[in-house]
Amino acid sequence: MSGTAVIFRRELAGYFATPVAYVFIVIFLVMSGIFTFYLGGFFERGQADLQAFFNFQPWLYLFLIPAIGMRLWAEERKTGTIELLLSLPISLAGAVLGKFLAAWAFTAIALALTFPMWITVGILGEPDNGVVVAGYIGSLLMAGGYLAITSCISAITKNQVIAFVVAIVICFAFTVSGAPLVLDFFAGWAPETILAVVSSFSFITHFSSIIDGVIDVRDIIYFASLIAFWLFANAVIVDLKKAAG
Amino acid sequence: MAAMLEIKNLTKRFGPVLAVDDVSFDVGRGEVLGFLGPNGAGKSTTMKMVTGFLNPNGGSMRVCGHDVLREPLAAKRCIGYLPEGAPAYPDMTPHTYLNFIADIRGLTGSQRAERLDYVIARIGLDGVMEQSIETLSKGYKRRVGLAQALLHDPDVLILDEPTDGLDPNQKHEVRGLITEMAAEKAIVISTHILEEVEAVCTRAIIIAKGRVVADGTPQELEARSAYHNSVTLRLEAGAANDVRPTLEAMAGVLRVEATGDGAFILVPSGVEPIVDEVGRTARSAGWPVTELHVRPGRLDDVFRDITLDKEERT
Repeated sequence: MSGTAVIFRRELAGYFATPVAYVFIVIFLVMSGIFTFYLGGFFERGQADLQAFFNFQPWLYLFLIPAIGMRLWAEERKTGTIELLLSLPISLAGAVLGKFLAAWAFTAIALALTFPMWITVGILGEPDNGVVVAGYIGSLLMAGGYLAITSCISAITKNQVIAFVVAIVICFAFTVSGAPLVLDFFAGWAPETILAVVSSFSFITHFSSIIDGVIDVRDIIYFASLIAFWLFANAVIVDLKKAAG
Repeated sequence: MAAMLEIKNLTKRFGPVLAVDDVSFDVGRGEVLGFLGPNGAGKSTTMKMVTGFLNPNGGSMRVCGHDVLREPLAAKRCIGYLPEGAPAYPDMTPHTYLNFIADIRGLTGSQRAERLDYVIARIGLDGVMEQSIETLSKGYKRRVGLAQALLHDPDVLILDEPTDGLDPNQKHEVRGLITEMAAEKAIVISTHILEEVEAVCTRAIIIAKGRVVADGTPQELEARSAYHNSVTLRLEAGAANDVRPTLEAMAGVLRVEATGDGAFILVPSGVEPIVDEVGRTARSAGWPVTELHVRPGRLDDVFRDITLDKEERT
């Protein structure tokens, strides 16, 4: 078994060894329900789709994903196990990837447990299942983006609270970078292209085009390269800490 | 015999602080090297560099012929490492933890089962295999760390304070284990406990302020003590008062120290043993001697002399 797979298994089992996994899954499901049925107006919409469910997911992930990912590296540093991990015969990339994939798989499990939502829609009407599947794929990709950011931030500090808060701030910036809140800051002095670039970083822009049922290769590439970039930064940070001590 | 661990001109800087300063040494198969030094001398930092956790600012390290910086994975496969404080994942049990290590070390089949059984039995973890590591006592945590380091039967063992937190019986056991493995491996242990060096090490290095200040067998280091070949003389109570001038007048005696409980320590002025002379004098004067023996010199005296001296000079 490769190092990545071994790390993956240990990390994933680690979530279920403590109450963290169960608390997270329950809160995720309850909050998803509240957002969908109350804020999203699932019934009032009178449409057999899961838009009400997916629309609020960026905001749910904004807080819950940093809560899952904050421990990835910060905890290793806190308990000193990072010294053990880095002296084992596995590559740094393998360790970074194994940890990330475990957290991502855990998110996927939580997301999969929202299937009653799909069943509900199926009973009430005739949803376009292709759109629902696209929504789930988009949701998982976006979760990966949040998670890669959190994993990288977690490598900077041994304090999980700091990792959590900083990760939320950065995730928030990526969530809303298409909104006036961020764009107004650049408007007026930055050229039009910068504005376009900044707004193209928005999770919501890419996510909402996917949940509309359009799986555009560009959106997939966006999330994939975002994940790759933050995981690369993650590895670089761990490596720099080896040099700095 | 080729050295299994070669360290050349190793240097590590933390900001303005030179933590490890041009350290070089080799360790061959069959050697148990005691790595001594005051806190903050650079022992752990050196070990962390050898095991690939920290990158040095200069110098080179080879483990079983593999350069630690250029072939890190090959080097790490040869090493068993117990980091300072024996960190382990607190929410795992020794069972899941050792299996995780076995997976990472690529142990499979009968060899895996054999090694697991061996370290669990040899280190005495049977009773706690299903308990989470965070609930274990300090001694057990240390033993779990040791089991982890030994699991893949590595050629090079690097143990940072392996007996810290163990009770005297456990210390004795761990030392026995180290001695047992010594012939096959190159072992480096860091410790504060000097009797441990005398008990298990074939060689000792004293490091202070990041520099190697002494390197030799424990006996050679002991010989550097001012108390080397000094003589302890104890007389029956009441008889001790009048003999001191006689002792002080003896040839070859630098000074006489009273221990407070009726014994004298005679410190020789040169390297020549003085016990013969002391014995003869005592017999001819008819002193009621109850104890007379030579002290080989104490390692902690040497340790204190060398390390304090080094700190004062810088």
